[in-house]
Amino acid sequence: MTPLAGCLLVSALLFSIGLAGALTRRNAILVLAGIELMLNAANLNFIAFWRFGPNPEAFTGVMFVIFSIAVAAAEAAVGLALILAIYRHARTSDVSEIAEMRG
Amino acid sequence: MGMTVSFLILAIVTLAGGVAAMTLRRLVHCALALAVSFAGLAGLYLNLGADFAGLAQLLVYVGAIAILIVFAILLTRSAETELQKVFSPAGVMGALLAIGVFGVLAWAVLASSAARGAAAAGPAPSSPMREIGFILMQRYVLPLEVIALMLTAAMIGAVILAVREKPLSAASPRSESSRELRA
Repeated sequence: MTPLAGCLLVSALLFSIGLAGALTRRNAILVLAGIELMLNAANLNFIAFWRFGPNPEAFTGVMFVIFSIAVAAAEAAVGLALILAIYRHARTSDVSEIAEMRG
Repeated sequence: MGMTVSFLILAIVTLAGGVAAMTLRRLVHCALALAVSFAGLAGLYLNLGADFAGLAQLLVYVGAIAILIVFAILLTRSAETELQKVFSPAGVMGALLAIGVFGVLAWAVLASSAARGAAAAGPAPSSPMREIGFILMQRYVLPLEVIALMLTAAMIGAVILAVREKPLSAASPRSESSRELRA
């Protein structure tokens, strides 16, 4: 197996772990953590294709990963603030109990 | 040709951290396992020659997001929930779906030309910080400014979301503490 395929397989496994966590966990914070894991799997793909792709001197993959990390940081901050606001309103962070948007 | 030992070790650390973060019962343990997984990913980036991305991953994910998640766990008292209610009722379906997604992805990777050694890996490309800085300031300066604006907007939005209280409900000590932490 080539190194590129190894990276892609690790990334696919990490994506599946994150997806399983986001779909199965009840706590909203861990759902967010699963989404973060999926984003990180995509970042690993970018780095792998940059490293083993045809034009590494253009730094395209690295740039995309840097911007993606910045977007993920903003997403985590807003997402956790939303979870805090919902917790303050509904007194729970269990996603299966927060089933309606009507306050 | 194959994968190096360091790559395998880092991949195992990353995946084990991810599995632990998604399956452990205590939420604080989950957050720590998540930090281990992020650190393993940073090591993978460094292993692949992307110094800047690896260090950014270490700073942002291990340094900031993991701590933010720990704060959210503590502020929402999620650590005190009953241990039986860890997985949602539709958990089996979700796990089966995730396994199916991995099967499709792995099949696509192994069936592609990437697995057959079509792309010979050259020497690791050097990524000096100086060059990345020039690229960031010249070719990617517009995305950089847009990202800066978006981070500012996200910060303001997070503060507004976390601080706002309904005037009727008496301010609880918990919301007071979150306000102090956010400030």
